[in-house]
Amino acid sequence: MTNTRDILETIGMIQEENLDIRTVTMGISLLDCAASSAEKSCTKIYDKITFLAQSLVQVCDAISAKYGIPIVQKRIAVTPISLLAGTDTTANPIDFAKTLDRAAETVGVNFVGGYSALVQKGFTNGDRRLILSIPQALAETARVCASVNIGSTQAGVNFDAVAVMGQIVQQAAQLTQAENCIGAAKLVVFCNAPEDNPFMAGAFHGVGEPDCVINVGVSGPGVVRAAIKRSNDLNITELAELIKRTAFKITRMGQLVGAEAARNLGVPFGIVDLSLAPTNAQNDSVAHILEEMGLEICGCHGTTMALAILNDAVKKGGLMAASNVGGLSGAFIPVSEDAGMIAAVEQGALSLAKLEAMTAVCSVGLDMVVIPGDTPAETIAAIIADEAAIGMINNKTTACRIIPAIGKTVGEELIFGGLLGKAPVMAVNQHSPLKFITRGGQIPAPLQSLRN
Amino acid sequence: MNAIIAVIGQDKQGIMAKIAATCAEHNANIADINQTIMQKYFAMIMLADISAITCSFADFSQAVQATGKSLGMKVHVMHEDIFTSMHKI
Repeated sequence: MTNTRDILETIGMIQEENLDIRTVTMGISLLDCAASSAEKSCTKIYDKITFLAQSLVQVCDAISAKYGIPIVQKRIAVTPISLLAGTDTTANPIDFAKTLDRAAETVGVNFVGGYSALVQKGFTNGDRRLILSIPQALAETARVCASVNIGSTQAGVNFDAVAVMGQIVQQAAQLTQAENCIGAAKLVVFCNAPEDNPFMAGAFHGVGEPDCVINVGVSGPGVVRAAIKRSNDLNITELAELIKRTAFKITRMGQLVGAEAARNLGVPFGIVDLSLAPTNAQNDSVAHILEEMGLEICGCHGTTMALAILNDAVKKGGLMAASNVGGLSGAFIPVSEDAGMIAAVEQGALSLAKLEAMTAVCSVGLDMVVIPGDTPAETIAAIIADEAAIGMINNKTTACRIIPAIGKTVGEELIFGGLLGKAPVMAVNQHSPLKFITRGGQIPAPLQSLRN
Repeated sequence: MNAIIAVIGQDKQGIMAKIAATCAEHNANIADINQTIMQKYFAMIMLADISAITCSFADFSQAVQATGKSLGMKVHVMHEDIFTSMHKI
């Protein structure tokens, strides 16, 4: 029989340290739903999603009961809708968003990702129309998430798209001002977007993916923190080893659940995304891990290195635990979803500049960061550009999910509730990047792209 | 197919008997038992063969948990695979 200590350790991780499977995400290709009219496409989309995902929630709930581990979210990611919206030039892309929303409601998932466009090297007509419709689509639907990939190491950065996305983020917040600007929280601007990411709001189903696939995102910041707390006197080499071992155990859980979910649903198992994804719960914070490593507070000098060690050790530990690793994989640093990050911002220890530095070594980017509502669109675009630069040059995914708090300024906060949490408004640099942003054009692919 | 039944709480009379009776009621065969006192808490781990249970896993789990609750104990019923996959390569 399994060692008693191991059994109690696993139970302790789930019961005391908030270990969970954060998301089981079904990726569905909609390429075969493209029809001559938007109306026909939408009918096919609704039918395909509701057929393939009809038992997704039920299967996940049964696995959750069998293993005694919570599966927090069940979600769907689809082919970037811009590819379908382009087939009918008279179509209103909002119809696609409403179809996705309806399908998600029918199968009982809380988010569907893929109201997306990939424009790193230029726009198609479908891309352009979809991007311009994003603010309205997010305001008029509850479950749809949007993302736009504006750059990559291979292609460089579409600087026209950067300028447009500054405006789109602002409009998404403005149109949903009455609902705490939630529109902007459902919109991610990527550089080097992964095509198999199971986490919202940036999930979409890439064109190189199979027809239908199950991807899993594991979590567990609380488990890593507790392990470090129990072993107080380790040097940094030993600490990295401890994090690796802990990440291995967490990821094995994801592998087990993902493989079984895929088998029971009769679709291939894609990847495990071994991310430390914090939630607002007291025991589930990436910032608290960094503090447990020895920082007085997240955001002080040393934070970037601590995060780099954590991110690297998580990947190394997780890599051996899963048959296929993908998605974002690493440590997330979403401000509003992390009790430690929120506290650090409130105490003035964590600034936007420090967060930007941290995104060079974390797995994603500026995530759930609330900025003053009167921030000009070109400044938002410039924040996106800076993140894209970090991603493009370092061959990594970077993302921006920034929320202009319309009508609010520094000293106030935006409360989303639920998993999205709450965040204080953070100060942005007041000097203008207007001329730079309005130059437009394509930023050439960097030297790093020439790897052949 | 095995389930691990972990019973945690303050030690008292009849814990093993009552949990075992619930297992027998549902045709689960107890293959191994291990008990330990951790700090002041009592922890009993049972390995039960559930391949011939007369109900679904979820119902079996609920029944054992209900018995545990009536004893004032915390009971977790989990498929064995979660422990083997996490702790063995």
